[in-house]
Amino acid sequence: MIRFDLQLRIGTRDARLTLDVPATRLAVVGPSGSGKTTLLRALAGLHAATGHVQVGDEVWLDERRNVPTHQRRAAWVPQDALLFPHLDVRANLLFGAPNDDELREVAELLALTSLLDRRPRHLSGGERQRVALGRAVLARPKLLLLDEPFAALPASQRLALAEGLRARCDARGVAVVLASHDRDDVRALAEVRYGLEDGRLVGA
Amino acid sequence: MNVDVTDAILISLRAALFGTLLATPVALGLGHLLARRTFPGRSLLAAALFVPLVLPPVVTGYLLLALFGRGGPLGFLDVPFHFAACVVAAFFVSLPLFVLSARQAFEAVDPRYEEVAATLGSPRAATFRRVTLPLALPGLAAGATLAFARALGEFGATVVLAGNLEGETRTLSLAVYALLETPDGDDAARTLVLASLVLSTLSVVLYEVFRRRARLRLELPG
Repeated sequence: MIRFDLQLRIGTRDARLTLDVPATRLAVVGPSGSGKTTLLRALAGLHAATGHVQVGDEVWLDERRNVPTHQRRAAWVPQDALLFPHLDVRANLLFGAPNDDELREVAELLALTSLLDRRPRHLSGGERQRVALGRAVLARPKLLLLDEPFAALPASQRLALAEGLRARCDARGVAVVLASHDRDDVRALAEVRYGLEDGRLVGA
Repeated sequence: MNVDVTDAILISLRAALFGTLLATPVALGLGHLLARRTFPGRSLLAAALFVPLVLPPVVTGYLLLALFGRGGPLGFLDVPFHFAACVVAAFFVSLPLFVLSARQAFEAVDPRYEEVAATLGSPRAATFRRVTLPLALPGLAAGATLAFARALGEFGATVVLAGNLEGETRTLSLAVYALLETPDGDDAARTLVLASLVLSTLSVVLYEVFRRRARLRLELPG
């Protein structure tokens, strides 16, 4: 479950983004430049913001505290994956994982088993995105921040992957915030949908 | 004048190596600071680092002598006119190049890698060790090579701070200079010039290899 009320700057304008009804799987839609990525970064503690952020029973931001990013457990999957180029797929997947117990399971879910020894530069765009998803999931986050996570994947893979991911997050109580403008991705992964317009979140 | 060619080469290599090794932690610290942090006086520090690059080396030597000489604040270390003086001179003349290269190497690492690492639970120090440093490493190695090459060719600061003592502080450059003043020193001078050319060329080739590797590691074109 996540709820937040954030004051932050998006580009050159001040914005207030409020999610008044707590949600477990939230999608934020909006055109490029509307601030979707900035919202995800603010939730991770990577973009300056004031206000209130609560995930489950943990308060990450309020008047008294601003929990540093590495203690928030808000795993970020950026649009361009940002796999660590000096590490192979296995080491990328295990970067934030407390142990390798779940490596096989997650590699199977994301069809990465045959790619474990490859370096990121030898992966396709879709493979990179799947590794970034696996890396985030394996870090046992409380919140998964997905920025157009399936953009580089063929339509045939998207739905199955989104459903597998949703089932896993539900089973482990992981909240999800998805930034996307793909309707199918939003439908498959999110339970609540908001639009980001003119520096405000608008229920849809 | 008696000039031992092998001695001169070895003294130069050792001085350049120790000078570069001493400069490594300083260059990494200052390079990272300038690349990643904003603080009051940052531009001043960046500009101050350029000064030794444009200062006549003899003037650098004079300033070092004021610092390390008898009566200077670091006079108790008894550095001048010992091998340590060659190392100190190598350290000071190579440091600016090393810091500038280290700064570029760290700046070339997309800070978003560090941000992703933080969201995966990695604290700042661990992220530096596991992400920033390995990604910057080929660039840092290129910087170290450049620093080493600069230290190897050092003359002005060394001659002022270390003198020109056979077997102790007579580096390759100083030996060439000494041989030019010696009537029958041409053959030995030629050997040293050749050695100097080979070492400098090797350093530059190595620099280029590391620079290419840095771009490859960061998945940058070219």
